[in-house]
Amino acid sequence: MGLLYGLIAVGLALIFGLMDVTNFAHGEFLMIAMYVSFFLFTFFAIDPLLSAPLVAAAMFVFGAVIYLLIVRFAMRAKTNAGMVQIFTTFGLAIVLRGLAQFFFTPDYRSIPQSWLGGKTISFAGIFLPEPQLVGALVSIAAFAGLYFFIHRTDFGRALEATREDPGAVALVGIDKNRVFAFGWGLGAGLVGLAGAIMAVFFYIYPDVGASFALIAYVTVALGGFGSVFGAFAGGIIVGLVEAMTALMLPPSLKSVGIYAVYLLVVFIRPRGLFGSM
Amino acid sequence: MDKNFAARRRRDLIIAAVLAALAALVPLFVKDVYVQNILILTLMYAALSQSWNILSGYCGQISLGHALYFGIGAYTTELLFTKFGVLPWFGMLAGGMIAAVIAMALGYPFFRLRGHYFVIATIVIAEIGLLLFQNWEWAGAAMGITVPVRGDSWLKFQFLRSKLPYFYFALALCCLAWFVTWWLEDSKWGFWWRAVKDNPEAAESLGVVVFNSKMGAAAVSAFLVAIGGAFYAQFLAYIDPESVMGFQFSLLMALPAVLGGIGTLWGPVLGAAILIPMTELTRSFIGGSGRGVDLIVYGTLIVLISLALPQGLVSLFSRSKAKGATR
Repeated sequence: MGLLYGLIAVGLALIFGLMDVTNFAHGEFLMIAMYVSFFLFTFFAIDPLLSAPLVAAAMFVFGAVIYLLIVRFAMRAKTNAGMVQIFTTFGLAIVLRGLAQFFFTPDYRSIPQSWLGGKTISFAGIFLPEPQLVGALVSIAAFAGLYFFIHRTDFGRALEATREDPGAVALVGIDKNRVFAFGWGLGAGLVGLAGAIMAVFFYIYPDVGASFALIAYVTVALGGFGSVFGAFAGGIIVGLVEAMTALMLPPSLKSVGIYAVYLLVVFIRPRGLFGSM
Repeated sequence: MDKNFAARRRRDLIIAAVLAALAALVPLFVKDVYVQNILILTLMYAALSQSWNILSGYCGQISLGHALYFGIGAYTTELLFTKFGVLPWFGMLAGGMIAAVIAMALGYPFFRLRGHYFVIATIVIAEIGLLLFQNWEWAGAAMGITVPVRGDSWLKFQFLRSKLPYFYFALALCCLAWFVTWWLEDSKWGFWWRAVKDNPEAAESLGVVVFNSKMGAAAVSAFLVAIGGAFYAQFLAYIDPESVMGFQFSLLMALPAVLGGIGTLWGPVLGAAILIPMTELTRSFIGGSGRGVDLIVYGTLIVLISLALPQGLVSLFSRSKAKGATR
């Protein structure tokens, strides 16, 4: 489960962590991705596993459009930039939730049959549910891909440079909006991957994002802003802590452990485990 | 400059007194219970937002976990009332003090954090509080507490037949929060807070004890919010963890201040006066369909206002004033 949290958090690590833009609509991105995956399955009978790249592509476009239409303007604010970002994306989250209720109704939906759903695989005597296993593998791949992307390509360097100093970046001929729109698209696309896999074994409803969003923020902050590896480690820690708390405390309290560990970590290391900002 | 400042403060006080007097007369004309309800909520959110503004606006420590103090105020009052028969008035004060003590206890480790790490920590601590209350059997767990009906009385702060006493209490609370802010704005603390917000290192080097001033702001802010929570509990006569400690409360406290103008004296009042009626009206007129149209409208308005006026609605007034001055 930890790697799945990681998968949800990886997109946020990019948007929130690397570009330093607060995105309160992250959970709603996840919700939309799950719906896209659900409808692809219902209408075109495409298995979520196959549709994952399609969902990711659709979410890429969606994320880039959201950036160009809304977030770009929120970043222009000279004063209170942080609060403007928080409340613009919070308003956006409410709109997306409202739209989901309007078009998809508040009903709980699920994908009844899929290649992976409900199957387990036994590995050295331990039974693992297949969807989670695939999610874990995708998660590792996504993190590796993002890590490579940020640290080894020109675009990744451009992204970090743009965050550091948009003015200087403009002088060397980098279009800030193009870089950030691409970054938002990529972040949303990664959430798309997470959503497609989550859709296999999780109920889909308009408020589903909210329950994962906070854990995603904690995961990113636990690992430290600005660090892809940190978010990966954060995801694993969150998953382990949740499993351990579930053993010791009643299930309804399982998130308390995650939150407590976050507080503990930032009290000792105020910039998260691997944070650079 | 100083003269202007003093003149502005005097003018603010007069405007506030006039507004409060006018507001006090409103129930003479408005008899509709539904409208009265909206007015009470508006005043309450104005007071809450004003209190939030002390820590987050003036002192710059953005907290999205104030629902914790709100819930503590509500729960302290009702637990003392239902389990020990303590009058809500004392419960209210006790709740405020407990909230202030907790705010300082949390402030001790929290105020070392900066930026996002601090904001997320405040969200997380409120969420822990919520989960603990949901699982605390003695305090009603997820079922909450229903306040026993004992008939109308000021002593028990409970009124069934009329909403007017609640209206006047909410008005008084709003005035109190405004006045505290007004008073602190010109005190040593007010100047410290603004210095801490703008540049903590420079403030420290000039002899401001940054840590203590953050603690002071947190305590005042938490105390007032907890009083608001106690009021809300008495007003609804029923509380459960989600409805007094949920994350949406933290946002609803911050939103009026942000829309109105964060870190300003009038921002929270102005923001609440526009936002809360808007919320209630969209909910009751177009929310009935259950299809989320109210959410779409509400969310769109929030996006538009935050994009169009990053400094809040208050900036509209100061802009027109600045123009007048140059002319």
